[in-house]
Amino acid sequence: MAVCIAVIAKENYPLYIRSVPTQGELKFHYTVHTSLDVVEEKISGVGKALADQRELYLGLLYPTEDYKVYGYVTNSKVKFVIVVDSSNTSLRDNEIRSMFRKLHNSFTDVMCNPFYNPGDPIQSKAFDSIVSTMMVQAF
Amino acid sequence: MESLILSDFEQKYYSELFLSCDVDNTKKVASNGKVRDLFRAAQLSNEVVHQIIELCGATRLGHFGRSQFYIALKLIALAQSGLPLRVESLNSVRDLPLPRFVMGKNEQETRHTVMYTDTENQGPYLPRPPGRVQAKKVSAHEMIQPCVPTVEPQPDTTSPVVSPHQSPPTSPHAWRKHKRQASGGNVDRQPSVPGVVWPPFREAQPGPVTGEGMWSAHSPPPVQESWVSFTDTPPSSTLPMHPPSAQPDSTTVRTVLSAMITNEIQRQTSGYDDPWKITDEQRQYYINQFKTIQADLTGLIPGSAAKEFFTKSKLPILELSHIWELSDFDKDGALTLDEFCAAFHLVVARKNGYDLPEKLPESLMPKLIDLDDSAGVPEPAPEVGFSASPVEVTPNKSPSMPSLNQNWPELNQSNEQWETFSERSSSSQTLTQFDSNIAPADPDTAIVHPVAIRMTPSKIHMQEMELKRTGSDHTHPTSPLIVKPPELSDETKLAATIKFPGTTVGDGYSSSDSFTSDQEPISSAVNRQRSHSGTSPEGLKVVAPPPPPPRPHTTHSRSSSLDMNRNFAAVPAGPQQPGVVAFPPAVPPRPLPTQTSVPHGHRSVEGDGLPAHTSTSPQQMPEQPNFADFSQFQAFAVDQPADDGEKPSDSGQAERCAETTGTMRTAKTDIQSEDRNATTVNSAKVSTPLAPPPKPVRRRLKSEDELRPDVEDLPQKSNVIATVLATQPSIPRSIGKDKKAIQASIRRNKETNTVLARLNSELQQQLKDLLEERISLEVQLEQLRPFSHL
Repeated sequence: MAVCIAVIAKENYPLYIRSVPTQGELKFHYTVHTSLDVVEEKISGVGKALADQRELYLGLLYPTEDYKVYGYVTNSKVKFVIVVDSSNTSLRDNEIRSMFRKLHNSFTDVMCNPFYNPGDPIQSKAFDSIVSTMMVQAF
Repeated sequence: MESLILSDFEQKYYSELFLSCDVDNTKKVASNGKVRDLFRAAQLSNEVVHQIIELCGATRLGHFGRSQFYIALKLIALAQSGLPLRVESLNSVRDLPLPRFVMGKNEQETRHTVMYTDTENQGPYLPRPPGRVQAKKVSAHEMIQPCVPTVEPQPDTTSPVVSPHQSPPTSPHAWRKHKRQASGGNVDRQPSVPGVVWPPFREAQPGPVTGEGMWSAHSPPPVQESWVSFTDTPPSSTLPMHPPSAQPDSTTVRTVLSAMITNEIQRQTSGYDDPWKITDEQRQYYINQFKTIQADLTGLIPGSAAKEFFTKSKLPILELSHIWELSDFDKDGALTLDEFCAAFHLVVARKNGYDLPEKLPESLMPKLIDLDDSAGVPEPAPEVGFSASPVEVTPNKSPSMPSLNQNWPELNQSNEQWETFSERSSSSQTLTQFDSNIAPADPDTAIVHPVAIRMTPSKIHMQEMELKRTGSDHTHPTSPLIVKPPELSDETKLAATIKFPGTTVGDGYSSSDSFTSDQEPISSAVNRQRSHSGTSPEGLKVVAPPPPPPRPHTTHSRSSSLDMNRNFAAVPAGPQQPGVVAFPPAVPPRPLPTQTSVPHGHRSVEGDGLPAHTSTSPQQMPEQPNFADFSQFQAFAVDQPADDGEKPSDSGQAERCAETTGTMRTAKTDIQSEDRNATTVNSAKVSTPLAPPPKPVRRRLKSEDELRPDVEDLPQKSNVIATVLATQPSIPRSIGKDKKAIQASIRRNKETNTVLARLNSELQQQLKDLLEERISLEVQLEQLRPFSHL
């Protein structure tokens, strides 16, 4: 279960960011921001074949003491970042992948909405509900 | 003070008033004269009026500019509603009725006031008297367009009535809101608008511009004093006449929409069984609207067109977005007829003041079966595909249970793909079901687009995997081992390596990772052997047909599988040396010459070899139970490369048999000794064994020694083989010359065969040892690292 989930647009500003302990949000915002560097590094690494060879799932971006940050980039350079608690060791790579997949699917659905202008903050309730299911259910 | 927010409704009204006051068209109104009359007509005390005038800044300016005038009007409205006169409240108070002015100028005005009060009373009324209904319709027309067009046809008396009459109606319709919300939502509401008989459709705040523009454009004509004069039914009755004629095309939609909405409101309010139920009339209306955008009723409205259409309803984008989310059931970015009707209905409801539901109500669910046949058809397909693929995998799993090793990598992958499937379908289901819990076939439709796209590749992959598995299963149902040799040589090297280590490892060792890692060295070994065999084509006439794909589950029990693995390991090398080893384990060396001759003949003439093979194969069959005899591996390894021929199975069996019995070894040594006796020994290995009894021992020891040092022996052996094979190219040429030459060449080939066979067996042994080591290491690893990669 994620502690913080963020969707960052191509221009590296957040489209959607939500964290579970809503009071400690700033910390997660900062974490997500710094993780963007790692994301850029990873996606610029594969220089030759742009989207084909590059896998969407970036994996663990970097771990810190308290949590781990995972990244995922779509073909349109929209980034998803998931921050999970380090103490949550039961989370497997597959689960993280599935979370990203779900995020990507619901993000696609948001994009399909003609009333959504790409670049706007995501205010879709469906997207919110998907994210809620993935967040830590403790609260 | 200047940032006065007026609803378009108010705007129109105010501007009308302003224009009526602005007789000089100077864009400002003197504080005297009409303005004063107007203010007095507001029936407010003089002090209040003065206060208002002061607040609006007219005293400062000395006259009423437009904005001041508007402010003043609004303040009047405030005062009339009993609210304190504050500048802040100008914008904050949403639910502000229009200022009322009682002008005694003509009876129209009085009627207006009467009507005004009347309408006030009737404001939130649901059931409309028919006359009102008409008026409603008329007014409803002015969603965007103010009364102006309707004003035009009517001169003078009626027009003044009409214009203000209609201006209020142009404001949106949230009649329900009047009741419910005292202090406005995001829409200004006019519970009682002069001349408005029914709650007008209210548009969202950000909408008034167009209306106002049009209105003000047309307002000069109807400049009248009695702007407030409204007639009751007569004007209303006259009104319907105007809008149809006057309205431009762009508003036809609107008007119809509003008309429908009004009807709907009535119905809704009266019936109120299911607020989301679409009546037939509404549905017909929606269908007509659908046709204006998309002629084909079974077609789709693209998102952009729908966006334009629904933006006209002046709902906030966020709400429209939510409506879209609710109504686009299959998430394809386009609206089918059902979806469109649902969306339209939601828009209508929202405009009427209903809050948008969190989930799509049942009555609005698109009937996928009925209308969306095209959508319905593809739905089951991907669904079936998804369910099918896991199902397909499972049956493969069961038959392959005995040999888990090779299945594991594929099964793991297929599991992952199962995960993919289920996750995708479930996620899409949750996405769609947020709308409603019922979703009969909807998850399917919801899945159509994204799932279909996503699933197919993995599905195909799964099918491929399945095919591999099933193919291997089917082709060799009886004995997987038999399948092994043909499979190995048949498949690409990589595939072979996949299967090969599987069998070699045999024992159902778990991790697929280990498999894949094992495969490389093994494959290299296999490849090396193969390449060597490949290099000796001339003499050895490789007869083996491409073996079928390696079976994933060829391993049985541990011990037996190890043996089998060795057999299989030898199999790839087997085809390289056709017909060398076809010895039944128990058969004494005596038949060997015949057999060995047979292989030679086999090389030259395939037909001869066949009977020999077949004869030996039944003899070899009984040897199979001796799998557990590891000690014979080395000897048998030498014999392994025998059976190539046409039947890989035979070779497999031959190998097996060869490996299992020690007699084979002796037989082989005998053969080898024979060969050596017959011809000069080419390789060092061939020369070593002389006496049969010591040969095996020595060879075993030697092979063991050779095997121990690992892979480095392999290149040595390969070198040996290369040297051996190097001599062979001359053989085919010699065949045509002399019988003796032929025989010599035959003998040489035999020697080569035996050498290669021995090498093969040794390599097999090495391989086996390595695999055993690997297995033990893996076991240790698993113990240390519990289930990290499951």
